[in-house]
Amino acid sequence: MPDLITFLIDIVILIILIFGIRLFRTPQGARYGNLTAALSIILAVAVTLQRNGLAQPKFFVLAVIIGSLFGWWIAIRTDMIQIPAMVAFQHGAGGVAVSLVSFIELMRTVGSPVSPIGELSGIIGLVLGAATFAGSMLAAGKLSNRLRPAPSIFRYHNLYLTVLLVIIILLAALTFRIDKLSLTIGLLWFIVLLSLMLGLLFAMRIGGADMPVLISFLNATAGLAAAFCGIIIQNRLLIACGATVAASGSILTHVMCKAMNRRLVNVFIGIKKGDKIISEPSEGTLSTVKDKSSGYIPVNNKSPSESALEALISSRNMVIIPGYGMALAHAQFKVVELMVLLEKMGKIVKFAIHPVAGRMPGHMNVLLAEADVPYDKLFEMDDINLELPETDLVLIIGACDVVNPAATETEGTPISGMPILNAHLAKQVIVCNLDEKPGYSGVENTLYKDPKVIMLLGDASKTLQDLNSELFSKHKT
Amino acid sequence: MLDLLIMLVIFIIAFAIGYLLISLIPSLLHTPLMSMTNAISAVTIIGALMIFAHKTDFLEGALGGLAVVCAMFNLVGGFVITHRMVNLFKKSTTPSEPAADISKE
Repeated sequence: MPDLITFLIDIVILIILIFGIRLFRTPQGARYGNLTAALSIILAVAVTLQRNGLAQPKFFVLAVIIGSLFGWWIAIRTDMIQIPAMVAFQHGAGGVAVSLVSFIELMRTVGSPVSPIGELSGIIGLVLGAATFAGSMLAAGKLSNRLRPAPSIFRYHNLYLTVLLVIIILLAALTFRIDKLSLTIGLLWFIVLLSLMLGLLFAMRIGGADMPVLISFLNATAGLAAAFCGIIIQNRLLIACGATVAASGSILTHVMCKAMNRRLVNVFIGIKKGDKIISEPSEGTLSTVKDKSSGYIPVNNKSPSESALEALISSRNMVIIPGYGMALAHAQFKVVELMVLLEKMGKIVKFAIHPVAGRMPGHMNVLLAEADVPYDKLFEMDDINLELPETDLVLIIGACDVVNPAATETEGTPISGMPILNAHLAKQVIVCNLDEKPGYSGVENTLYKDPKVIMLLGDASKTLQDLNSELFSKHKT
Repeated sequence: MLDLLIMLVIFIIAFAIGYLLISLIPSLLHTPLMSMTNAISAVTIIGALMIFAHKTDFLEGALGGLAVVCAMFNLVGGFVITHRMVNLFKKSTTPSEPAADISKE
């Protein structure tokens, strides 16, 4: 009977967790959703404590306090632009925890009869946890720009990865055969070491625009590792929570791949579509794309900023397309100033968010929310694309690839087939980018050459500052 | 063997429910979602807790202690930062805004 009761308690805890995740369907619900999920985890810890007891409470509590304080301290200090690096770092911490728990459990099962599947799960947990840790640390370094964000690829990268994986599998098989504790521990350490190398090798060749895929994938592996760890310690809650996280990570990985029209395998192998064609500018289809002639032709001898000001005043409904460049220039607060000013002038302002804007799924939304843009002004790509042809003015701030018409018009470029925000269909466009250089993809933006596009090059923060003050004085008079 | 089967079933059901639930979440909230699921994956603290249910030797204690620190870092950090993020999302204060004509609300 007690078995049934513990089972029911577990189910209740999981229902609370599911309810918490369900609340994430709306931004208001998400506040309670997060707290509800936290509650379910606290309950899970409480019942585990009650069922198993603690042999060394002092030591355990000390470790809990250190970890909590450290986590809390980092969490309240992190800047919203650094969220992706922070999340990657935390994935890494989770990976370490999974790996260590699996390690200890594997150590304890030496010589005792344990199901091969349990042991296998432990080893998978160990390897996945360690690889997630190494990959996440590398990702965190790249995302925070402490490491070079570009992918680095060895000559025989796939070969190295395969050899590493095969050695890990062979060593794992060996641990099944050995009953001597010291030997097993040595083997396990060696497996950990190789797993760390595996994680590094895997993550190092993903970079640049593919980072959102990597971080989502690490989310999935962290969850999967936890689930496998749950199998060796035979804990239902751990398995269920891990599986839920793995599902979440998988969905986000899929969403990111779809948003870039990339196949997951290609992201991981580091293949860029049309790499070869790009290096041969003589290729017919690309000659127009590679044409370096300057974009904007001044009409009536006006400077671009004067034309931009005029366009802003004469347009009625506008869409702002922010990109990561806006966040890098810390221009989001200036964007909001502009939005408020334009709304005071009776104009309709909306934001169009591309799924891969930012460094992780949904990152741009958080950055704009931080700058006090109400979330009902943030529109997803598919919804806003229907409205863009009727939009008087599109304002692009620090975005390049996600508005590049070459993605739909030109074959064989790295971004061909990637869904974009159709800024080129709007009646007029203002671009506030640092320069005319291509984005991460390396493909020249054909939009810049469109005669209806006004280019305001330079630091977006400063450009907008000037625009705001001029607009403000014009509005007053 | 029966235990194993049950665990497998739990994994599949949890994955399926998670998949269904999470595909309904708008991309607006994907960053807080990932940050929260990241915190949930730190439920490995349960595993660390079960290690300390028995007397530990030095190596186990050291590794287990580190596991607890890392798991708690992930757990507390994840939920706190998610809390900060979801609190940033605000609705328009002026209902008279033209943005009210959004069909998808």
